[in-house]
Amino acid sequence: MIENRPLLTFFSHVMLLLGVAVIALPVWIMFVAATHPDVRMTQVPLPILPGGYFFENLDIALNKGLSGQSGQGVARMLLNSLVMAMLIACGKIAISLLSAFAIVYFKFPFRMFFFWMIFITLMLPVEVRILPTYEVVANLGMLDSYWGLSIPLIASATATFMFRQVFLTIPDELLEAARIDGAGPMRFFWDILIPMSRTNIAALFVILFIFGWNQYLWPLLITSEPEMYTVVMGIKQMLEAAEQAPEWNVIMMTALLAMVPPVCVVIFMQTLFVKGLTETEK
Amino acid sequence: MARVVLEGIRKTYPNGFKAIHGVDVAIEEGEFLVLVGPSGCGKSTLLRMIAGLESITEGSLSIGDRKVNDLEPSQRDIAMVFQNYALYPHMSVYKNMAYGLKIMGLPKEEIDSRVKKAAAILELTEEQLTRKPKQLSGGQRQRVAMGRAIVREPSVFLFDEPLSNLDAKLRVQMRLEIKGLQSDLGITSVYVTHDQVEAMTLGHRLMVLNAGHVEQLGTPIELYQKPASLFVAGFIGSPAMNFADARIDAEGQNITISGQAALPLGDGGMPDHGGKDVVLGIRPEHLELVPDAPDAVPMTVAMVEQLGADTLVHGHFGESKSNLTVRLDGIRTIAQGEVLPIRVTPDHLHVFDPSTEKRL
Amino acid sequence: MLKNVHFKPSLLPFLLVFPQIVVTLVFFIWPATQALYQSVLVEDAFGLKTEFVWFKNFGELFQDSHYWASFEVTIVFSFLVAFLSMSFAFVLAILADRVIKGSGTYRTLLIWPYAVAPVTAGALWVFMFNPTLGVVAYALSAMGYEWNHQLNGGEAMALVVMASAWKQVAYNFLFFLAGLQSIPKSLIEAAAIDGAGPGRRILDIILPLISPTTFFLLVINVVYAFFETFGVIHAVTAGGPAGATNILVYKVFSDGFVGLDLGGSAAQSVILMAIVIGLTFVQFKYVEKRVAY
Repeated sequence: MIENRPLLTFFSHVMLLLGVAVIALPVWIMFVAATHPDVRMTQVPLPILPGGYFFENLDIALNKGLSGQSGQGVARMLLNSLVMAMLIACGKIAISLLSAFAIVYFKFPFRMFFFWMIFITLMLPVEVRILPTYEVVANLGMLDSYWGLSIPLIASATATFMFRQVFLTIPDELLEAARIDGAGPMRFFWDILIPMSRTNIAALFVILFIFGWNQYLWPLLITSEPEMYTVVMGIKQMLEAAEQAPEWNVIMMTALLAMVPPVCVVIFMQTLFVKGLTETEK
Repeated sequence: MARVVLEGIRKTYPNGFKAIHGVDVAIEEGEFLVLVGPSGCGKSTLLRMIAGLESITEGSLSIGDRKVNDLEPSQRDIAMVFQNYALYPHMSVYKNMAYGLKIMGLPKEEIDSRVKKAAAILELTEEQLTRKPKQLSGGQRQRVAMGRAIVREPSVFLFDEPLSNLDAKLRVQMRLEIKGLQSDLGITSVYVTHDQVEAMTLGHRLMVLNAGHVEQLGTPIELYQKPASLFVAGFIGSPAMNFADARIDAEGQNITISGQAALPLGDGGMPDHGGKDVVLGIRPEHLELVPDAPDAVPMTVAMVEQLGADTLVHGHFGESKSNLTVRLDGIRTIAQGEVLPIRVTPDHLHVFDPSTEKRL
Repeated sequence: MLKNVHFKPSLLPFLLVFPQIVVTLVFFIWPATQALYQSVLVEDAFGLKTEFVWFKNFGELFQDSHYWASFEVTIVFSFLVAFLSMSFAFVLAILADRVIKGSGTYRTLLIWPYAVAPVTAGALWVFMFNPTLGVVAYALSAMGYEWNHQLNGGEAMALVVMASAWKQVAYNFLFFLAGLQSIPKSLIEAAAIDGAGPGRRILDIILPLISPTTFFLLVINVVYAFFETFGVIHAVTAGGPAGATNILVYKVFSDGFVGLDLGGSAAQSVILMAIVIGLTFVQFKYVEKRVAY
């Protein structure tokens, strides 16, 4: 900073650490709860330091679930979440890459019409078209399937716009050079465009993975078979059960399991994550 | 190697803008033709039409024995060097050069030997072949771009202002390299530039374009000695040619610059144009400082530029308003406001019609 | 928009846009038109007969005090979420921008809640504030305050606001920090030479210069609070108690899926669509401005 004010800098650090603590507090409490046996979790006051039951709880959550319920563990839900997140992320990237390529590099009838049609999806979040979309998926027989979980969410204006933006910054001469080298459209797409956009693709993947993993309303609507539940939904189911017999240690372990994959993605791919966030908002 | 023949080539854009108004030229085998003109004159468009990157609205283009109007760029047996090099940023130098050959479906060994050969010609090291374009300097990228053209072993090289992104010193060096390379390989070449020095030094022939029209086609010396129009006269040569309003006397033997001394036209004069108002062009290097000559015209000095090898003197003849520049050898001490006796050599007068702007 | 240089016309571009267009048509455009269509219909209790009723559904909605209450709740909720998360994030961003050492570490420590699902966030907060067990509720009770968000509407609102804002701080912090770091250091130095202390500089230089980011984030936060907090509400309060946290998005869901009032739910969807369209326009108009700044 401009002036050398050690006291102010010290104060800033203190305040920042306080802020970090406030932000981390709920997660700390969750983590502590996930390390104690269920008996301890019914005694007031609840512990604020971790206990030694972490792996026992992990085992219960993954393999058995809440005692009152079907005995369905979270492991299956984690797998479902992973599949859904991957399908949504990869699906969105694939169809957006293709349509952005068509819109930027080809002149064809209805080009602008298609563009606006994709644009409109920006204004139709799933929350405002829940019922009719549910009906469509039901009529297509896609309830309780991975396709039903992912496909209705893979049309994306933001991803298409982002790739369009990326393609527009690629110099025209590269296409000309590729044409002189004899590359046709698809060859140009694979050999030049995709490799040149790979950091953008990776950044978008990080964002979309989190988006997909955290989907809640949609899986809630279209899954009724416990085998198709996602982990994020599982938490809510357990919360409902908690009204009668609270097993907070298992619920919080489940919340921890639901949180760890996307949080790890953010922390370990931070650069890509930040790039993805700032680019999709353009 | 091939002849490239352009017949009645025209380009009209969908919005009605006419970029090229009809070009006819036969580029001979092994010839180096330079398209030169100011920006927006259509020179790049014409080159891109030859490459197949722009469609041809009218006329016929043939390379070798084939009419290529409707062929894809890759089928025209050409190679092109772009202004910004257009190297694929994610591929190594080697892969950049090999990419087109790979698409052609050549065997690996053939590709490898061609790339190695081109690298040797361009003095690119093994180590440089493994680098990415952005790890190279401007001059090296330029070489890679040329290498990518060479490995194709095309019938025609097309250059689109390849040197304009380089600094002045490197530009001179690369200019010499391109000239040497072209004459060694003997491949027909078409080269676009807006720089008249580059055009003069590189081209066997020059085509001067202005607003989509061919102003003149000829060897550098023809263009210098007999510019066909005011445009060419002003474009070729540096510093630019001096122009002054003048009048030919009734007999067509002398020419007078706005009331000043008459200059003999020499060479039998121009009797056909007796009594005509014209534009007189004289190159700065064809004005001499001759202290005792009886036919010298007094020039008032407005400004002096010392370049070391030459001295440029800017000023005007007597009362005449038109500025003119004189180029004198070596270092001269001349003060502002001084009046110098200047003599015009009659062999080097260029006379233009003020309305058609053509040479008379 | 379109490249100057492009490929020859062929069937290929149609094939390329085909997947995107099919998904858009089947899962976006068609359901949206269905929502529009259903919003002007009334279906009897058994779903046997439908009747075209023009704008009666909308009329009923606008006369329904519950709907207006939900509107009011949504506005209060969005305002509080935006205000809380943005001001908290702004203060942290100012501090992180000030301390040159470690601002990257603070960023890592502060941005991860973005990745937490709204429902998970709701679960964490509802656990902390559980009236009988929760750590924070216990602490409050020790201080003489009996917390029960299951009964007290104000407390319920406070809880969903905190849970929603907590998650959004990360996003706001990231953009504020980027905005602050893009202010040329020379401007701050010039202000310091003019005699402005750190506090003054925030008011006179930083706040005006960062206003585009602030406005952008405001729109984003409102959109977030309107549509993406469904999970928080569902996990924490389920709209209650007595509709105290029944935001519009939640009401569409509960009226349509739980109450099975198709026409009414569709009419609510249509109004929500209009709101999204409005917000999208504000955002886009504004994005151009942000570029010009």
